[in-house]
Amino acid sequence: MSEHALPTQTTPHIDALALEREIAQLIVKGLNLPIQPEHIDPEAALYGEGLGLDSIDILEIALIVSKQYGIQLRADNKENARIFTSLRNFARYVAEQRIK
Amino acid sequence: MSALPLIAHDRPAAVIAYRRGRPISAAQFLHDVQALAAQLPAGAHVLNFCADRYCFAVGLAASLVTGKCSILPSTHTPEVIRHLRAFAPDVFCLSDDPQCPLELPQLLCGQSSAAVNGSWPASGRFQVPQIDAGQLAAYVFTSGSSGTPVPHPKTWGRLVQCVRAEVTRLAPLNPAECAILGTVPAQHMYGFESTVLLPLQSGAALCAERPFFPADIAAALRALPQARVLISTPVHLRALLTAEQALPQLELIVSATAMLPANLAREVESRYGAKLLEIYGSTETGQMASRRTAHEAQWWLWPGVRLTPSDGHCSAHGGHIERPITVADVLEPTGDEHFVLHGRTADLVNIAGKRSSLAYLNHHLNAIPGVIDGAFFVRDDTQASLAGVTRLAALVVAPRLDPAHIIQALRARIDAVFLPRPLLLVEHLPRNATGKLPQHTLTALTAQAAVQQPHLFA
Repeated sequence: MSEHALPTQTTPHIDALALEREIAQLIVKGLNLPIQPEHIDPEAALYGEGLGLDSIDILEIALIVSKQYGIQLRADNKENARIFTSLRNFARYVAEQRIK
Repeated sequence: MSALPLIAHDRPAAVIAYRRGRPISAAQFLHDVQALAAQLPAGAHVLNFCADRYCFAVGLAASLVTGKCSILPSTHTPEVIRHLRAFAPDVFCLSDDPQCPLELPQLLCGQSSAAVNGSWPASGRFQVPQIDAGQLAAYVFTSGSSGTPVPHPKTWGRLVQCVRAEVTRLAPLNPAECAILGTVPAQHMYGFESTVLLPLQSGAALCAERPFFPADIAAALRALPQARVLISTPVHLRALLTAEQALPQLELIVSATAMLPANLAREVESRYGAKLLEIYGSTETGQMASRRTAHEAQWWLWPGVRLTPSDGHCSAHGGHIERPITVADVLEPTGDEHFVLHGRTADLVNIAGKRSSLAYLNHHLNAIPGVIDGAFFVRDDTQASLAGVTRLAALVVAPRLDPAHIIQALRARIDAVFLPRPLLLVEHLPRNATGKLPQHTLTALTAQAAVQQPHLFA
């Protein structure tokens, strides 16, 4: 993303929340999770203890965001540690990287 | 007893591995093996936890030349590690992760040590170690039904015989010209055979990386020279197709761990322009048959392996199989060398290529303090995901526990892939007069619970 697009006022908070909700719905539906999308704590870890996702789920999420937003996840991406810390950070990454 | 060479590479400069696309020679490998062998502690059992496949191969070879046995459990939960410590009290962990979470004495491989990344004296003599065919090379484990992992001993001779049979099925490929990339871990029986032993015993080059996402698989393949071979699973192959991932020219794709539907096999072959070979095997028997799934339904047994039906099951024997082993799947022999696979016996489950039994999972569920009764089952009322995976469900009677607590307790005991989705609390299980739980009652109860506990369902 270019410099001038970064300030938060150009990306209304409401859009970020909408994307977060949309991703939560896609994940819950795609992974058949026994939880309602709005019950996912946006700050809780996606992997391991938090939402309890495992590596197969992460692969499923990669397929979901590839189909939906045209994003290719890579295991050697240095940002992965941050991306998967929470739904909020993941949604932020999708907003930055999406090509559709 | 006869001896068999550690590797089939017959020249010092023969490429035995690639790491990030950079070749590693057979001479370097043998040098790394000797260096690591000199550092190994006294214990006779090595839990080889190395994620880097080259480190794993060096660890395996160093264990072989020092007469140590590799311990290869299918999962590494605290419960399994506790069991392994009882099984082999001298076991130590060889790992390439400085933060290795396993509660075992640790030896770090490939990071600070000279081994693995060190340089080898170009003037050194190139001599391939010979390993006694009868030497115990590895213990692999199945989950069993009593809740404790069941060990299966593998001698060096039988392992070599098995992968040499596999080599004959790669024809007309010349393995010595192949670079083999695996998406499966080296510790899993299929990965152990096809991504480690197969290259070592055929003169091919293994690839140190284990790519995960579709884009990773493409990048790892691009870093390799031709001829490229991809050792994978239905989950990863489906993921590649779903992501519409482009790949460089492949000579061969191999799939195992779960049945590959013929239409998926045809799609993979036409999308990637490569032959797809499916392999049939189990931890107990090792690999034992192959087929070209896009074109044939019958499986072709490894040379010398035979099936004998008895009591509705088949016993596999001969070839690399040391003693007759009852195969857990339902097989129908269709001639001396062929069979048709009709599916699994009811107790076995396969989730994303990992196998277990309902009896094993139920044992661990019912061992949780506060669980009065509980049963895992396979849901037949849900759609598979994008990667083609359907999870298990569980019904549990535990008036004083909440589902999150039970999941937490299960996480320490069973592989995460088998964690139930959903786990439903019920007042009692609908057991029939013989104590069994008929599938239709389970499905009905799940549907009923879905109405009463809608928050547990998507």
